[in-house]
Amino acid sequence: MNDHRPRLISLRNPWFTASAGAVLILFLFTVFVGFVWLPSAQNDALFKGLLNAICSAAGVPRAWLSEASPPVQPKAPVSSVVLTPDMLGGPSSGGSVGRGATLALRCTMCHGARGVSAANTPNLAGQYEASIYKELRDFQSGARTSAVMAPMVVGLGDQDLRDLSAYYASLPRGDVSAAQQAHAMPNIVATGSPMRNIAPCGSCHGDMAIKLGAPWLGPQPHDYLKSQLEAFANDRRHNDISAQMRNIARNMTADEINASASYYAGSK
Amino acid sequence: MISNRRLMLAHFWLAFAVFGLAVLLGEWQMFIRSPLHGWLHNPDLYYRSVTAHGTVMGYVFPTLVAMGFGYAICELSLGQPLIGRRWAWAGYIMIIVGSVAAVVPVAMGLDSVLYTFYPPMIGNAFYYIGVVLVVVGSWVWVVLMGINLNAWKRAHPSAPVPLPMFANVAAAYLWGWTAVGAALELLFQILPVALGFTNTINAGLSRVLFSWTLHAIVYFWLMPAYIAFYTIVPRAIGGRLYSDTMARISFALFLVFSMPIGIHHLFADPQVGSGFKFVHSVFTAMVAVPTLLTVFTICASVEIAARLRGGKGVFGWLKALPWDNPQMLALAFSFVMLGFGGAGGLINMSYQLDSTVHNTQWVTGHFHLIFGGAIVIMYFAIAYDLWPHLTGRAMQHLGLIRTQLWLWFIGMIVTTFPWHYVGILGMPRRMAYFDYTGMSAEAVSVIMSTVGGALLVVSAILFLVILYRNHSGSRAEIAPFTFSRAIHEPTSLPLALNGLGLWVGLMMALTITNYGYPIARLIGLHDAQVPAVFIGAKR
Repeated sequence: MNDHRPRLISLRNPWFTASAGAVLILFLFTVFVGFVWLPSAQNDALFKGLLNAICSAAGVPRAWLSEASPPVQPKAPVSSVVLTPDMLGGPSSGGSVGRGATLALRCTMCHGARGVSAANTPNLAGQYEASIYKELRDFQSGARTSAVMAPMVVGLGDQDLRDLSAYYASLPRGDVSAAQQAHAMPNIVATGSPMRNIAPCGSCHGDMAIKLGAPWLGPQPHDYLKSQLEAFANDRRHNDISAQMRNIARNMTADEINASASYYAGSK
Repeated sequence: MISNRRLMLAHFWLAFAVFGLAVLLGEWQMFIRSPLHGWLHNPDLYYRSVTAHGTVMGYVFPTLVAMGFGYAICELSLGQPLIGRRWAWAGYIMIIVGSVAAVVPVAMGLDSVLYTFYPPMIGNAFYYIGVVLVVVGSWVWVVLMGINLNAWKRAHPSAPVPLPMFANVAAAYLWGWTAVGAALELLFQILPVALGFTNTINAGLSRVLFSWTLHAIVYFWLMPAYIAFYTIVPRAIGGRLYSDTMARISFALFLVFSMPIGIHHLFADPQVGSGFKFVHSVFTAMVAVPTLLTVFTICASVEIAARLRGGKGVFGWLKALPWDNPQMLALAFSFVMLGFGGAGGLINMSYQLDSTVHNTQWVTGHFHLIFGGAIVIMYFAIAYDLWPHLTGRAMQHLGLIRTQLWLWFIGMIVTTFPWHYVGILGMPRRMAYFDYTGMSAEAVSVIMSTVGGALLVVSAILFLVILYRNHSGSRAEIAPFTFSRAIHEPTSLPLALNGLGLWVGLMMALTITNYGYPIARLIGLHDAQVPAVFIGAKR
């Protein structure tokens, strides 16, 4: 900019006053419409009055809707475990593998000496810590019912459950069989069924992706997987936090239940 | 006169080479989720491909075209060799290094986060670092454009800045400022998580920061096409530019209005208040103004060309246009696609209408029609026009060029019209596969898009072949390059239209008014931190 020429930012420069003025007027008008006029046209107490209208339109309403009725109470106990990525992390909350191994002596008769057995019980070796911990807590609270498991966990404290989970998570996983390679994946595992709202098994339970709290399924006994899917479908098991497994299992056909159980069991 | 041919050719060739690869990926994606192929058992392959396609087409390809074209404009319109040649090469190398750093982890499946990042998904840090390098490399160009313009202005104190350079620097400044949003998101939100310093992320804030970049980047892609409309096409078809002033005002308005509008991408997001969504919606509508000004001015310029060639009548002059000239053809195709794409865009930017198409295939169809269609066909036109001046060899085979442009136009229409339609039918976007059971309308539409995509692949190959063959053509005496001349060439310009200070100032002011509060509030909202979802992590 040269000094002998007129200044750009000056009220005497018509280009400046016209463009900045027009933008300012446009901005003020849209703010008036967006923050005052349109919210006031809403038939909602949150938007009544100038301040309420402006705050709501800015995304910070001064009050949220009050609860009209108390939440519906479930008929059966539901899981009360809150899953977060670091609920088992950190030095104070994490489990001790050695202590867990001692406590696990009571589990070996069904789950095997090293977390693997042929008794059609879940294989626990290498299972995610969060998944074991959640199921143990649910057995304690009665959200998941089992005549065998309930008496086994009744006397255990929270730290015991953390230690057990840490121990089993530390054991080496069983071999994933050749049948479980991607090419052998049945459609229900690989793609689910979008039109029936069934997400792919693999998108939560391994082989494609994992989600916190969802157990690793490979390999697990065929009969165990099948019976659990049927229990979800018939509402005999209801400790899945958002009812996602109940909704999925209910929509699965018998063939799909078999196919997915066979796939994760590693048998054709 | 061009003195840095190698620099420009390097930019263009890299741009078009990665473009060719990304076109192939795009067609593969279209095919794989069409009913012509069974369901993909590993959806990650699809998302890898989408991430690579988007990263190349969104960040690398248009940036390199804008840079190569920008360096050419700088030398040709200012009539002086580029200042900062070494820096320009350094920026170019940064883009190569950044692209490799970004694409390798994507190919390995470590970064299937799509090019818009989608936090709280977090992938391998190298991808983000690569993208940052590409952006920093392009900022070198931004700075160089400013330096070159200022040097020229000092040497020519009272002369009007040539229109091509005015527009070119407007594009550079727009990019410089709009890339700041994504840069802030990457540096302060995503990279700390990707590098392992923390494991939660403020996804709402990240999305707002990205929207700062996400819409204006489209206008950055568009700028070379608009520069070609104003400064190449009228000359190429033997006409005059109808109004130099109107052109400058259009570019100034783009600078002001393309920035404070990105929240229209977040209409369905809960973390932004409805008042701000409305304000952004209105300002988005304002961006239609410079486009309408452009359509008017260019149509008038084209009519001048037709009447100079003896065209008569209210519409009869259309017949007198040089339809065998590739520039004429490209302009006409571009305007048709811009018209349809723009109309679709008006639906997307309307706060209420958007809810009918939000996150459907309509949106993907829309931006392919506007960017892949209206804009990229002008990139072809720019290359065809500049190539003889870069290689010193005449463009032969005009018939082949026309075929290529026709194929791209038809291919893009066949690809994107059914694509919009399946969106209206409710087909969601970002799907690796789709259940077509009992959905013949969707199935037929997606198959049509796949066929259109195949035409685009053929056209892209043809384009590369034409450019490649020119290098081995016979040397010819190429007349000096000229830009379009306006009917009334400017002798002196008001200060506001001879520099970009006022418009950059308004752009920044509107960024603060339209983004300041939402960003400040989200920064202060500490319970908005959510756990990161790691992509490509050990399973």
